[in-house]
Amino acid sequence: MIRFPSRVLVVSPVTFGLAAILIMVAMPLNAADQPMVKIENFAFTPAVLTVKQGTTVTFENDDDIPHLVVANDASFRSKALDTGDTYAFTFTKVGDYAYFCGLHPHMQGRITVAP
Amino acid sequence: MTHHHDNEADGISRRHALECMIWAGTGVLWTISAGVPVSLSLLGASQAAEALATGFTFLQISDSHIGFDKAANPHAIDTLKEAIGKIQALPQKPAFMIHTGDITHLSKAAQFDNAAQIIGGAGFDVHYVPGEHDLIDDGNGQAYLDRYGKGTKGAGWYSFDQNGVHFIGLVNVVNLKAGGLGNLGADQLAWLADDLKAVTASTPIVVFAHIPLWAVYPEWGWGTDDAAQALALLKRFGSVTVLNGHIHQIMQKVEGNVTFHTARSTAFPQPAPGTAASPGPMTVPAGQLRSLLGTSSVTVKQGGQDLAIIDSTLA
Repeated sequence: MIRFPSRVLVVSPVTFGLAAILIMVAMPLNAADQPMVKIENFAFTPAVLTVKQGTTVTFENDDDIPHLVVANDASFRSKALDTGDTYAFTFTKVGDYAYFCGLHPHMQGRITVAP
Repeated sequence: MTHHHDNEADGISRRHALECMIWAGTGVLWTISAGVPVSLSLLGASQAAEALATGFTFLQISDSHIGFDKAANPHAIDTLKEAIGKIQALPQKPAFMIHTGDITHLSKAAQFDNAAQIIGGAGFDVHYVPGEHDLIDDGNGQAYLDRYGKGTKGAGWYSFDQNGVHFIGLVNVVNLKAGGLGNLGADQLAWLADDLKAVTASTPIVVFAHIPLWAVYPEWGWGTDDAAQALALLKRFGSVTVLNGHIHQIMQKVEGNVTFHTARSTAFPQPAPGTAASPGPMTVPAGQLRSLLGTSSVTVKQGGQDLAIIDSTLA
């Protein structure tokens, strides 16, 4: 969590509003909270990723060919992602999730969800 | 990569003939000669003429990717129209056409509709098999089956007979497994074994499917995991020709009684195995694009043992 000095919380509503904006700006910059897997050149990058339980991982297709993200255990499955399309999945359970491209199954990756 | 065996007895090496023909046209024109498909490129000129006189010809198009609009070819719909125009202008009319998949880029209804309108405009019967790009609608392939599934089994496989040749359309783009290649599956293999029971060993066989049924380049997924089981079922036949697409370039090899051949795309080229970071669309200088797109024509000559395949470009 991003923590602010407690005194911010007791000053004027205007200051409080600014703090809220700061939080919104800071969130996307925090890679640990919003991890991204890029699909590029028929590969998942990073191919292996460890996240905390409850994290949402976004997959983005940067190829000129559609790809489709499928968990080996069928726990998640995207639609076909055209160029620039994204798919987000929130990992609520601890464990190892191997996945592959449903169209090009030699493309593989793994996400480890830690408590 | 094994290339076609040279056959000096024909007076001209087959490889030399193939290379010459690659520069000649727009598609692969397949000829069934004496019951065996031979691309016309594999025959000497006199043999090709004889094949055309006594046999019949069918035409293969592949990977039209209607809806593709990226840098490698922003106008995939136009190059398909050009290919169909060249087919309509052929002096030797094919008996029918086969399409070896990736009709559309994203399985959208409008893409299927556009493809059907353009390909249908040639006026020939077309026998389709799906590519992986044809099965990514929200119904996981229902859009393809609604259009082309009539009279087929499972995910869309079937067989038919024409002029003494047994044609088999297979589907190797469904239920793909993590880390795997193309996949036929147990149900389809069982159907194939049953389908072949009534076919005599002297009947020429033409198998067509989207992903190559031999290991072209497994590192890029260019092969089919259980193809060996299908090929084992075809071992007793004197002449087997396997026609594929998917890799957007011509590859050919002969192994015993089986000739393997892949056709060009009408949409965009892909790199030769291992020559690029990925098998994705290859952007070439604008003036070169049409020399890398095309179709294939196959002539079947009555009484011969080979089918003749002519690969023609759009250039």
